[in-house]
Amino acid sequence: MSRITDTFQALKEKNKKALIPYITAGDPHPDLTESMLHALVDAGADMIELGIPFSDPMADGPTIQRASERALAHHVGLSHVFKMVKAFREKNNKTPIILMGYANPIEAISAETFVVRAKASDVDGIITVDYPPEECKQFTKLLKEKNIDSIFLLSPTTELDRVKLIIEQASGFLYYVSLKGVTGAANIDIEQVKSKVGIIRELTKLPIGVGFGVKDATTAKEVAKISDAVVVGSRMVQEIENSNKDNLIHNISKLMKELREAVN
Amino acid sequence: MQPYDMPDEKGHFGQFGGIFVAETLIEALDELRVMYEKYRHDPDFLTELQYDLKHFVGRPSPIYHAKRWSDRVGGAQIYLKREDLNHTGAHKVNNTVGQALLAKRMGKPRIIAETGAGQHGVATATISARLGLECVVYMGAEDVKRQAPNVYRMKLLGATVVPVESGSKTLKDALNEAMRDWVTNISTTFYIIGTVAGPHPYPMMVRDFNSVVGVECKMQMNEMLGRQPDAVVACVGGGSNAMGIFYPYIDLREVRLIGVEAAGHGIETGKHAAPLTANSPIGVLHGNRTYLMQNEEGQIIETHSISAGLDYPGVGPEHAWLKDIKRAEYVAVTDTDALDAFHSLCLTEGIIPALETSHALAYAEKLAKTMKPDQVILVNLSGRGDKDINTVAKISNINL
Ligand SMILES: Cc1ncc(COP(=O)(O)O)c(C=O)c1O
Repeated sequence: MSRITDTFQALKEKNKKALIPYITAGDPHPDLTESMLHALVDAGADMIELGIPFSDPMADGPTIQRASERALAHHVGLSHVFKMVKAFREKNNKTPIILMGYANPIEAISAETFVVRAKASDVDGIITVDYPPEECKQFTKLLKEKNIDSIFLLSPTTELDRVKLIIEQASGFLYYVSLKGVTGAANIDIEQVKSKVGIIRELTKLPIGVGFGVKDATTAKEVAKISDAVVVGSRMVQEIENSNKDNLIHNISKLMKELREAVN
Repeated sequence: MQPYDMPDEKGHFGQFGGIFVAETLIEALDELRVMYEKYRHDPDFLTELQYDLKHFVGRPSPIYHAKRWSDRVGGAQIYLKREDLNHTGAHKVNNTVGQALLAKRMGKPRIIAETGAGQHGVATATISARLGLECVVYMGAEDVKRQAPNVYRMKLLGATVVPVESGSKTLKDALNEAMRDWVTNISTTFYIIGTVAGPHPYPMMVRDFNSVVGVECKMQMNEMLGRQPDAVVACVGGGSNAMGIFYPYIDLREVRLIGVEAAGHGIETGKHAAPLTANSPIGVLHGNRTYLMQNEEGQIIETHSISAGLDYPGVGPEHAWLKDIKRAEYVAVTDTDALDAFHSLCLTEGIIPALETSHALAYAEKLAKTMKPDQVILVNLSGRGDKDINTVAKISNINL
């Protein structure tokens, strides 16, 4: 069993939904990431999605692009990300950490090295945005050997046959992208998400998370009703962007608590 | 020997190419692939395309024997495929006409494009105006500054030009932004990529639409000289003009195919745009796997070239493949040498070449000197240099 699966199991027993904030590693400064991770957990995060900064984040909207640029200004790359997760683990052995990023930084160190180092720093899952299932069979296999979950995106336009193909390779949970567009784009259509999530549920026992477009506590609440996990990305990053180093922890904790209450 | 038949049905050229995009784009690419397969051999579609290439673009473009220049250089005879004489002044229009006609068949009312030098943007704005399609062009903010005349041209043609302020503010960032637009507006929008990069089917489709260049060359060389050239030389940014002229020659093994990248300040300085020549590592960007300029952490690094159209950190996956199987050779030419060739062609032949093209010319000059006068080099004169006169004047300390 993986930490991700255990977490979903434990939440299910309590009849609760998972709340997953996203932050980019190294944003606004690499020295702050570890304390931000702990603060988010203390304020109610069940798992955390940690973005790997990339120079060309093609699937991200302006908010998360800027987060990447802030992190890259401090030269934060995969080696820092692994160190951050390792440091986090010294105080927290329970909360799953899911890395989210693009293929190139992984291929730059090689998929083999990536999985070894991810395991060594106790990473629980990985979402590689630009790895569709056809192009990453070997990577998924390497991850599986190390018991790291491969989390795949599903979109409103993903056809049924592809959903099946993705489910064959996926583990941990499935990540349903709630809208057509980049991260942080327009508001989501709950009815449409509900019907698609319903279709996916008939094909798999994997938990289904929903993200890309959860903009406030109200949306989070609606999404929680129809899914197993709510991912809050751009909204969280926006809070980071609008804070300074003195009120950062306070502000992200406050937002996290609001979301927690809404989802409960 | 088996005839060359690439890519495979998933868009792979060996380990290169493929489809590396977020799930949100998969359906749009599937739709495009299906429609392209449907129309690429469709007689009505091809008739419409031929008509536009002939009457709107002005094809076939001639081949010209640059005799004075060849004599001056000393060595092989240099012939120029005059893509600069196309409507809008570059090879780019061959591809945009093809893709725009496809967009029309697919019922997409809105066209988007990325552009570096502005040539692809102008070609896209042009065909959009002609077909009555809305057109939005993404252009790096740096390039908007470097290529002001082309920005204005696009506006005259009714296009909206969006300066891209993210990342390095050049071509690669314009491509990122166009992809983001596409994923948001999939149902109404056709994305016309301007080079043989991007996810499958783009590298194949852009190559096919540009291969009219090589097909014509084979016939024209035969008519003019009764033989094919010893070497074909073309500049490589993403690689569309090079693929266009190389592709029909791939199975003619005796013809050398030489791609010329931008060495910028010099390969050894690291300030260049020559991933093939510099042996950059393999990576994934803009939907395909290819050789890519990047640092050890896999971040894409800034490129340097005097010509905006060659300022790209990657290269079309088919060039990566042709390099690996040793069917094509790749070399690089510095800013300085490209400029010298630029002036040289202006003065001896009365042709102002694009700065991109000047890289190919500079290498042809070097190569010609090593060859005999009865040998033939064919250069793809990919575009005219009117768009570059501000850049060249500035370097020569002249205020226009
Ligand atoms: C005249 C000309 N030649 C060459 C290029 C480089 O592109 P490619 O390598 O795709 O031919 C450009 C790009 O803008 C161009 O304008």
